[in-house]
Amino acid sequence: MNDIILELKDISKSFDDHKVLNGISIQVKQGEFVTLLGSSGCGKTTTLRIIAGLESPDAGTIYLHGEDITKLDPNKRDVNTIFQSYALFPHMNVEANIGYGLKIRKVKKEEIKTRVKKVLELVQLEGFEKRMPSELSGGQKQRVAIARAIINNPKLLLLDEPLGALDLQLRRQMQLELKRLQKKLGITFIYITHDQEEAINMSSRIVVMKDGQFQQIGTPDEIYYHPKTSYVAKFVGDANILRGTVVGKDGDVLKISVGEVTINLLHKDHCYNVNDTVLLAVRREHIEIPGGRMSLQAEIIEKSFAGGMLRMVFRLSDGQEIVASRQGINYHLEVGDTTTIGFSEACVVIVEDEENRGGKDEN
Amino acid sequence: MKTKPQRSKLWLTLIPLYAITILFVLFPIIYMVVLSFMSRAKVWGIELDVTINNYKKILEPLYLNTFVESFKLAVISTLLVALIGYPFGYFMAKLSAKWKKRMMLLIMLPFWTSALIRLYGWIIVFRSNGTLDKILMGLHITDKPLKLLYSYPAVAVGMIYALLPFMILAVYSSAEKMDWSLVEAATDLGASRFTAFRTVTLKLTMPGLLSGIVLTFVPSMGLFFIADLLGGNKIVLVGSVIQEQLTKGRNLPFAAALSVVLMVLTTLIISIYRKVTHAEDVEGLI
Repeated sequence: MNDIILELKDISKSFDDHKVLNGISIQVKQGEFVTLLGSSGCGKTTTLRIIAGLESPDAGTIYLHGEDITKLDPNKRDVNTIFQSYALFPHMNVEANIGYGLKIRKVKKEEIKTRVKKVLELVQLEGFEKRMPSELSGGQKQRVAIARAIINNPKLLLLDEPLGALDLQLRRQMQLELKRLQKKLGITFIYITHDQEEAINMSSRIVVMKDGQFQQIGTPDEIYYHPKTSYVAKFVGDANILRGTVVGKDGDVLKISVGEVTINLLHKDHCYNVNDTVLLAVRREHIEIPGGRMSLQAEIIEKSFAGGMLRMVFRLSDGQEIVASRQGINYHLEVGDTTTIGFSEACVVIVEDEENRGGKDEN
Repeated sequence: MKTKPQRSKLWLTLIPLYAITILFVLFPIIYMVVLSFMSRAKVWGIELDVTINNYKKILEPLYLNTFVESFKLAVISTLLVALIGYPFGYFMAKLSAKWKKRMMLLIMLPFWTSALIRLYGWIIVFRSNGTLDKILMGLHITDKPLKLLYSYPAVAVGMIYALLPFMILAVYSSAEKMDWSLVEAATDLGASRFTAFRTVTLKLTMPGLLSGIVLTFVPSMGLFFIADLLGGNKIVLVGSVIQEQLTKGRNLPFAAALSVVLMVLTTLIISIYRKVTHAEDVEGLI
């Protein structure tokens, strides 16, 4: 049984000599919730528009249920999009907006009416049929946009930062609702966001994008605990990237020197040799102050409170900077103090340099 | 306590505005309406003899016919202007910012010279053995002069030429405000390009189109000099009659009555426009 609903194969796209997508490939299974995660300008919206047919790729092929749809017009694709700006028709009321797709398909008026009513219940907007979009709040517009897309029973629903314009509280609530809706309807979602929390909360798989390439494709667990590249580690886990040098190899164990200490790391891929530079990702909360068994000389150069955590920046003796975070707002160290910091070897992940990665398929 | 006296003095700043409006808009209109109920003096001027004869005179077939003719020409010109101006304004809104500016300049350029002088340009084009005839005969499309000047088509072309910019700008200003992602949303929901245009773009640019129609239709009822210069004396419009009654006939009260009727008709059209679009102002005017 073939349950691959969508496949992108070596998709590339340029705008005015600027390469926006550089040979990306992925397979999406029926019922998955796949999130494209990346900062603005990484090509995630272009990817979505290419799937929707609003943009055509320069190279590559798109398959929907095994059928090549690369050249198909957007209105012929069994795919619906929820736009960032909602794109509700301002001259139509809620009922006409939601029923638009059905009306185009010449569904009978009575049936449209009952189906609109049903879908409005689903998004918890009963009785809003006659309202105009201008009379709705941001959250309500969002629900109408969702209703307008899911009423057509698309094989694939594309969501372009749908919660971007909502405030934090509403956003959290909508995250849960979208997830619930997706499970209930069994529609495959392709979701775009630049918010790693949102991606981790909602997705069955996350695709981390940078400069038109896929850096890593994996479950939230894989992305968070086993980042493949320094970019993924920094973007998703807010991790520190330390530069070390391989000084010895003993079977699967690499001896790596960082600053004035040497650590032993288990690494099964035998792609590193002695004298190679390796990048180590260590998350902020795993930085120990003072260092224990391993300790690096460090000077504290910055202290600030952000995101509910106290953030401290240290400079190591070799000039590298490390960020550590702690609960609370007070800590006994002040800017200018010197101390030692460390981390346990279990908390270190060897990552690849983000610049060296091509658009390799992770599947 | 402090804001109150300030506020009550605010209206003082509006005095010049009111004064100008009353002096140059309201008074002339009242004067014209009053004048339309007077009678014409034997030699020159008016007599203070209240009558409705001027309005009765308009109902005479001769004058009623000029209203009908004017209306017909206005409808034809407006229709053609809409057919040319809508696509023009629509595609102009889709140009890049740089080309939008250039197009705007090209549209505004003719306004820097007198409308009358530009009309004389058309005379040179249309007259017997004029530019158009020479080109057509040179290309062996026709073998003798077409005698286009002083014909209905010449007047229509002159009207379209004079009024097209207003339509273009009105349509452009509403197409410019269009959120094109709505068209994408429509095609995404299954609409063909044409259906998306019909159900979304056309509906959302309708205010621009309608205000363009008002901006074309209303002046085309009164643009007498185009009909005079390009139509000779064959096509007589309300505007021409008013001008003739004023200058040659010296029948000021009758000219005033004709003007009042014309004004009422055009006001009627604008109020219908407002009813249809629920718009406060005519788009493109501001």
